[in-house]
Amino acid sequence: MAETYAQERTDSVAGSNSTGGQSDSFIVETADLTKMYGAFTAVDRLNLRVREGEIFGVLGPNGAGKTTSILMLLGLTEPTSGAVRVCGHNSTREPLKVKRLVGYLPENVGFYGDLTARQNLRYTAHLNGLTDRESDARIDEVLEVVGLSDVADKKAGQFSRGMRQRLGIADVLVKSPRLVVLDEPTLGIDPEGVNQLLELIVKMSREQNMTVMLSSHQLQQVQQICDRICIFFKGRIVAEGRIEELGTRALAGAQLTTEVQVARMADEFVGSLGRLEGVAGVERSGDLLLVHSDQDIREGISGLTAKLGAPLLHLRMRGYGLEEIYLKYFKEG
Amino acid sequence: MQGLMAVFQKEFADHFSSKRFVILFTLICLAGLSATYVAAQSIRGELLDKPDQQFVFLQLFTASSGVLPPFISFIGFLGPLVGIALGFDAINSEKSNGTLSRVLSQPIFRDSVINGKFLAGLATISLMLLSIVLIVAGLGLRTIGVAPSVDEAARILVFLVVCIVYVAFWMALSILFSVLFRQTATSALAGIAAWIFFVFFISMISGILANTLVPLGQDPDANTAIAHEQVDQMVSRISPSTLFQEATVTILTPGVRTLGPVLVRDVVGMIPNPLSVSQSLLVIWPQIVGLIALTSICFAISYAKFLREEIRA
Repeated sequence: MAETYAQERTDSVAGSNSTGGQSDSFIVETADLTKMYGAFTAVDRLNLRVREGEIFGVLGPNGAGKTTSILMLLGLTEPTSGAVRVCGHNSTREPLKVKRLVGYLPENVGFYGDLTARQNLRYTAHLNGLTDRESDARIDEVLEVVGLSDVADKKAGQFSRGMRQRLGIADVLVKSPRLVVLDEPTLGIDPEGVNQLLELIVKMSREQNMTVMLSSHQLQQVQQICDRICIFFKGRIVAEGRIEELGTRALAGAQLTTEVQVARMADEFVGSLGRLEGVAGVERSGDLLLVHSDQDIREGISGLTAKLGAPLLHLRMRGYGLEEIYLKYFKEG
Repeated sequence: MQGLMAVFQKEFADHFSSKRFVILFTLICLAGLSATYVAAQSIRGELLDKPDQQFVFLQLFTASSGVLPPFISFIGFLGPLVGIALGFDAINSEKSNGTLSRVLSQPIFRDSVINGKFLAGLATISLMLLSIVLIVAGLGLRTIGVAPSVDEAARILVFLVVCIVYVAFWMALSILFSVLFRQTATSALAGIAAWIFFVFFISMISGILANTLVPLGQDPDANTAIAHEQVDQMVSRISPSTLFQEATVTILTPGVRTLGPVLVRDVVGMIPNPLSVSQSLLVIWPQIVGLIALTSICFAISYAKFLREEIRA
């Protein structure tokens, strides 16, 4: 299972580099998808491709067009121009076929407070045309997956936000979708809840072999679980690819910055840092020293601290985290 | 179809288990029963004096002793409240609770949601009014001991249908408000404002308008008086509750031949015979059509607005 998955992932990278022709292996494909609200362009000529089986992160600040794009994917809103195909169906023309295969967890998902968790899921099952017998078995199964079996007969109105979000995932799974679209699933949940939820998403994607599209503006979380990401800014995708690739691509040719903190910040140390090979400049920022260079100088720095007897507290090269990539694109945008 | 059925079933079950429905049903039942009881008492007294009356059973719904208004007025007052209670938060509460976008992302047509809600409301109203009318009829049967004739049964059936259409209009109007307004409080208030206006204020406004447009003066001639009356009537017919009142009074009182002003010369030589059901129906046909049209218009606007709207989480 794990191996096939890895294999697929390698394929997917190859696929995303080649120029088209493999439309059947993309579960989501958009072509110049555009949405205008009056004169305002919410989504501008979006060309997005998501491979079957991957966890795809959609990043971007609020109002960048993430939700609008998702609504167009599901056929919940009509694009102004362009086309979108999900699982081989045109979302605008055949929304029902798409919605049968795609599970969508909206931002701020809600449930009927007077109904129990199970009754809420049963309604979803009925809307999907499942019979009572099919739905009861399926509901037990998905409640087990999200860990809500013991509160299945409690009213959804009493659920905490984290439980509601997990119930939302159960709700999405009821119809056994091929693609799951989660809009800001971790919003407003405490850190432990976030970790549980992310684990759940990964488990769901691996065990049930589902493709997951995940929109978020919380970078750290996405970084943990996504195979590939795209970054939205002002209705456009400014970057797309695997996180490591994006890092190298984004920071190619750029100056590297290394954060250094030592126990005793002596001027002598700062001076010797400046004389290290490849260092362009040293700047102080609070407790940290920011060392600008055109190559990786971590080795040199740790050697230097050992030589001077200054205990090294912190050493980190900026540039491979998602945060930096994100910030860089935002500055450019 | 499958989506429509699912929405219908859920909404229907919701209505019957909701507290507000139980409260209103109890209210109307109590009001209807007490009105009928009082009416039955006075009918019994009259029957002892004049035992050969026609259409005694229908009087259960229309007679009043002065202590309590008759059954039809209670439906005229309280029916709108039921309609408003069933519809005022139909769409906007689902939007604010975040359930609507979840429901719409299921494989159903969007109109299934609003159609299912409307049909479930209609079924609830029908069942509720049917049971109330049956309870009232049963009570009447027990107290006055006169069984309804076929003609009377037919009239009660028409009455029931008019009641259902009337309450359905109020539900359609409040569903429209729930599509137009974001807040449930706003849509409930808008519904109640419309109710107060159409039920209580319209007769005052029509009177003022008639006085302004066609002043009667000291000693008005027949033409002026008729014109005055017609303006008054036409303005008050804007209100669905006027239409309801005219329709139900006419269908339950077979002696009513016309709803407009009647001149003495028209009545000379007239035999005071009751109308047949079909003739009574003919008199109130415009009222019935008007009520159905108003209901359809409200529903059509909400339907169009709801289908064009973009539902965001």
